[in-house]
Amino acid sequence: MRHIISILMENESGALSRVAGLFSARGYNIESLTVAPTEDASLSRMTLVTTGSDEIIEQITKQLNKLIDVVKLIDISESSHIERELMMVKVRAVDQAREEIIRLTDIFRGKIIDVTPVSYVIEVTGEKSKLDAFLQTLDRDAIIEVVRSGTTGILRGDRGLHV
Amino acid sequence: MELSGAEILVQSLKDEGVEYIFGYPGGAVLHIYDALFKQEDVKHILVRHEQGATHAADGYARSTGKPGVVLVTSGPGATNAVTGIATAYMDSIPMVVITGQVPLPVIGSDAFQECDTIGITRPCVKHNFLVKDVHKLAETIKKAFYIATTGRPGPVVVDVPKDVTDPNIKIPYEYPSSVSIRSYNPNVKGHRWQIKKAVDLLLSAKRPMIYSGGGVILGNASEQLREITRMLGFPITNTLMGLGAYPATDRQFLGMLGMHGTYEANMAMHECDVLFAVGARFDDRVTGRLAQFCPHAKIVHIDIDPASISKTVRVDIPIVGEVAQVLDDMIEMLRNSDKRPDEAALSAWWERIARWQSLDCLRYDRSSPLIKPQYVIEQLYEVTKGDAFVTSDVGQHQMWTAQFYKFDKPRRWINSGGLGTMGFGLPAAIGVKLAHPDADVACVTGEASIQMCIQELATALQYRTPIKIVNLNNGYMGMVRQWQEFTYESRYSHSYLETIPDFVKLAEAYGHIGMRIENPADVRPALEEAFRLKDRTVFLNFMTDPTENVYPMIEAGKAHHEMRLAPGMTVERELA
Repeated sequence: MRHIISILMENESGALSRVAGLFSARGYNIESLTVAPTEDASLSRMTLVTTGSDEIIEQITKQLNKLIDVVKLIDISESSHIERELMMVKVRAVDQAREEIIRLTDIFRGKIIDVTPVSYVIEVTGEKSKLDAFLQTLDRDAIIEVVRSGTTGILRGDRGLHV
Repeated sequence: MELSGAEILVQSLKDEGVEYIFGYPGGAVLHIYDALFKQEDVKHILVRHEQGATHAADGYARSTGKPGVVLVTSGPGATNAVTGIATAYMDSIPMVVITGQVPLPVIGSDAFQECDTIGITRPCVKHNFLVKDVHKLAETIKKAFYIATTGRPGPVVVDVPKDVTDPNIKIPYEYPSSVSIRSYNPNVKGHRWQIKKAVDLLLSAKRPMIYSGGGVILGNASEQLREITRMLGFPITNTLMGLGAYPATDRQFLGMLGMHGTYEANMAMHECDVLFAVGARFDDRVTGRLAQFCPHAKIVHIDIDPASISKTVRVDIPIVGEVAQVLDDMIEMLRNSDKRPDEAALSAWWERIARWQSLDCLRYDRSSPLIKPQYVIEQLYEVTKGDAFVTSDVGQHQMWTAQFYKFDKPRRWINSGGLGTMGFGLPAAIGVKLAHPDADVACVTGEASIQMCIQELATALQYRTPIKIVNLNNGYMGMVRQWQEFTYESRYSHSYLETIPDFVKLAEAYGHIGMRIENPADVRPALEEAFRLKDRTVFLNFMTDPTENVYPMIEAGKAHHEMRLAPGMTVERELA
């Protein structure tokens, strides 16, 4: 099963490699991993999407908690949560295709953020499945480049992950 | 007090109460060595290879419970130390390893003797630090000792760039009196409700078994283990790492369990209805085939590390906490309980166990004209009155020592269980002897293992650490040969050592005494003579039966009740 693990960790050099190293050393899957500073400069927040049986996920959370740099973590997929991913797609856009791409982008509530006579860059955010669906609707041959941020997520309600 | 980085480092070790530091100098640590030269409180032990430094510090740590401290230079100094760091990591041994690093401005430029020590050691340390600012040095040393020695212990590496130890930059020094790390709070107190449930389950057992591991020794809980085992009247087995936590000569002790455990210990594991796992981690060498591990048992598991719980074997009542405290709570609950263990069921269980014991699964041919390795260990036990510190390397000799030296006290049996590091025994023995100068220290080894750190014979002479090296020389990498005999139709691929050195001459060349023993009748006199030579290191080269195997054996993929017994040993139907 797919799990989204949110991790607060010390904003130290090497902290990211400890997490990545743990996953490769123990043979756990990583679907995506994002990391960025938080409002507290001493902390980084990482969102890690992984898959595995309940036993594996239990080991993953225990092993992550064992890392000295990990301050706190939560498996947000176990509660009501929101997940989002940002995607930028560069597509070839000429002739009638220009209109069609704008229509599709509107349907997916995306934005065109860069325009040239022959291409667009489209920005779409949403859950992974929505981004996958948007890519499906585009003409494969028209796609020049796809960049995805990886999933981030947050719990619904007033509960938060902090120190 | 204004000190340089190098002086801060040395002063921090003093303030931490460090007695010995095991190391080897090199360019990146020269400032530190200069600071060491100018003081006498921290005694430096110069090894001959950095691997030896880590194993010696490890032996010191295992035999005392205090953290071992190592100092090596950058690059090859650090990489040579990795085997010893990984050894300590696998067995949860507290250790602080200070590695030199190239100066900060050249890190990442492939400088001379540069390597990414933090990256290389990351998977085999509890934690590591790169010190980028001399103002953080004392605090980092404090944190390193705190992390290494608390919770589930382990090695911590502190990587110190050369410019951080610059003798010309002096700053005010104060060693922190305490330390707190917001992301590290080792859980110590076991959950009372879980403990209560565990006590109830133990008291309801008909065929109970206690299985205890290295955690009891690391957690200084041997007294408690003895007390609760006697109160309950249950049979007990120890893992390789746990030997000595419970007295091996006690009648409730069934011997070691696992791959080369006793018949009675493994059979009792297989048939028990309640398993009480104390500070043990269900290692694959202990469990055998997981699908058939303790198939009838409900399992209670005490461990300080939550990640050890239900890692390979699902347990019914997990208790996360320090073993000593959890056992104290259990003992108190047992005292105050009106329930008692089921005497009738227990006595039937003990009768069944006695039948397994009657097999005498460790017996071997005592009439052989060749020296049997088991006999050497039995004699070592007798000559040292069971009271020596015994280190070992890895292989058959290690298993025979575990089987035949009856350890009654914790911290007496010093071996690399998790990583299985050949070359561990000799340097470890030096560390043990430094910590216990008046005790008998033996290193049981084989002709293959001993050659992996043989250079430390020079260290043993320099620091006058008289140890007795018991070399079981069968001409083969014995355990490799045994597996090749059993599973590769005796194709002894590269397990035979054709050019074994003359160990007597070798010992003499290093300034020690060498003895070669070829007849069973000479085994005991040789050992007696060696231990009489109190102030000399003696290398006893026992020429042993090259075909002897370690039995019983649970071969890979087999379960506890599927042991391979010594040739000619059969189990009667009613026994199995």
